[in-house]
Amino acid sequence: MENETIRGKAYILGDDIDTDQIIPAEHLVYDLDDPEESKKYGTFALSGVPPDRAGLPEGGTPFVPEGAWRSRFQIIVAGKNFGCGSSREHAPFALAKAGVRAVVATSYARIFYRNSINGGYLIPATSREDLSRLFRTGDEVEIDVEAGMIRNLTQGLEKEMVPLGDVSAIIQAGNVFEYAKQVGMVSAA
Amino acid sequence: MGMTLTEKILARHAGRPRVEAGENVWVNTDILMTHDVCGPGTIGVFRKHFGPGARVFDPERVVIIPDHYIFTADVHAHRNIEILRAFVKEQGIKYFYDPDFVKAEGFPSPYRDPQKTNYKGVCHIALPEEGHTRPGEILLGTDSHTCTAGAFGEFATGIGNTDAGFVMGTGKTWLRVPETMKFVLHNRLPEYLMAKDIILHVIGDIGVDGATYRAMEFDGEGVFSLSIEERMTICNMAIEAGGKNGIIPADELTENFVRARTNKPFEVVKSDPDATYHSVREYDLSRLEPTVAKPHSPDNRATAREVSDVKLTRAYIGSCTGGKIEDFEAAARILEGKTVSVATFVVPATTEVDSELDQRKVNGKTLRDIFKAAGAQTGPASCAACLGGPADTFGRLNGPEVCISTTNRNFPGRMGSKAAQVFLASPYTVAASAVRGYITDPREYLR
Repeated sequence: MENETIRGKAYILGDDIDTDQIIPAEHLVYDLDDPEESKKYGTFALSGVPPDRAGLPEGGTPFVPEGAWRSRFQIIVAGKNFGCGSSREHAPFALAKAGVRAVVATSYARIFYRNSINGGYLIPATSREDLSRLFRTGDEVEIDVEAGMIRNLTQGLEKEMVPLGDVSAIIQAGNVFEYAKQVGMVSAA
Repeated sequence: MGMTLTEKILARHAGRPRVEAGENVWVNTDILMTHDVCGPGTIGVFRKHFGPGARVFDPERVVIIPDHYIFTADVHAHRNIEILRAFVKEQGIKYFYDPDFVKAEGFPSPYRDPQKTNYKGVCHIALPEEGHTRPGEILLGTDSHTCTAGAFGEFATGIGNTDAGFVMGTGKTWLRVPETMKFVLHNRLPEYLMAKDIILHVIGDIGVDGATYRAMEFDGEGVFSLSIEERMTICNMAIEAGGKNGIIPADELTENFVRARTNKPFEVVKSDPDATYHSVREYDLSRLEPTVAKPHSPDNRATAREVSDVKLTRAYIGSCTGGKIEDFEAAARILEGKTVSVATFVVPATTEVDSELDQRKVNGKTLRDIFKAAGAQTGPASCAACLGGPADTFGRLNGPEVCISTTNRNFPGRMGSKAAQVFLASPYTVAASAVRGYITDPREYLR
């Protein structure tokens, strides 16, 4: 997963995007393992974001179109403390279900960060500066995970990211269970 | 060089003489707690990776407490309770607090007598009531407010389904040893303030990410002058500053509380005098003011007086943060002999708290009678509207309400509608505000 380049359209959010905005609590009842039912998490991904903050800078852009379960945006770009609030793993799950492959934020709440990596849902990349103030919703963006670079192809910008460090081995393995099997920590089921 | 309380607990559970902040260590878990929202997903992860015949690491150390979506007709929520029941039976889980009245389709008839059900209610309050929180231990739970149990001098933190599935099968997890921020509380709280005012003040100082990745250790004569329940309120909201855990060293009060509820042995751990801290902050409790967090963030601090022109439509007293018996006693001190002027919802955290509403009295009247006479509605024990929940949830904000609440989060849409505004405050401030219909400093009613 890590060695590839992730390319897609960016969806821009602000600071302190909490897990209630990512997936409102009323939707936490669907089966995560059922392929059909779990599409609901995609349908309601980021449905808790107030309309004026949804897709910055203008706002008013729903992340997932009404009735659909996939988004046309694959990369979320946000400010600080992304994923704060509850420990619900449904949050990175919902984003991934809607098609998100990476989030780029200046910092993360630790449970969201850990869930994203250990569950293998998406790459929580950390930018050195707040790109949510530079990038616009709909910009074409490319992330070179290995090189730690993010490029905004629409605006012709290139920015550096903080290295993933030790957790890149877990990302590469797919999730924490695969990693644990690879290093002999648990035996294969 | 010495270790902090958090470092010592992690070192012991890693089987090492010492650990340092920043190290990743594998630790053994004493208790894994899960509930109806994250339990089914955790069980799914456990089965997927350990195989269909897998057994939990210890059926006496996995504690299952359904509490979130109990009083709802939502069919998916009912199905989640059934999944937990089947798993408990299959694995021989010893501690399961079954909402046994949830049986058929439709909205369940709540328990009639809170003492005649296996159901407990809000997990973070049920855990200590049932003796599952003990000094020196490690408690992991699939809920961010698991940090509440730090009030008992243990390491307690929230984890996701994948991590919980791993713990369920192995009893182990890896943790990065957090740096510890120390908060020294001096003097005692004046009678119009509560622990909620302290923690809202602290979060206002350091921000909603001010303690991310770090332990928040509370010390000083101020914290030890607080009751166990008030200490729980402080640790409960460590997550609202991004903290990995909140922790208060155990004292005699803690030991007595725990020994009254469990026979299991435990060992009290304290920080060394020469431990290394990330930072030390000092607070004089006698100088704090009744504090609120304005919409839409727990660090958006103001004094109650500064926002006394905010007109309310709703008041809510409940949750793991503000739904304990002392929270209701405080509210009743203000509501006794008065009537509320906005719709006011009272939700005891657990069935034990619910039953205490009939026992505890203010001016000779039971708390339940005081709330009824004041015009507040009391619902059955559960998480209820703290996190919105299904549309038929008791007290849920379904429109552009302006609510003052004893709960822990006021993010957009947290209690239901994105159009609602939530102010967080202590039970005193919420009760005083419910009477006047505007945000009110409780000193106006506590003379």
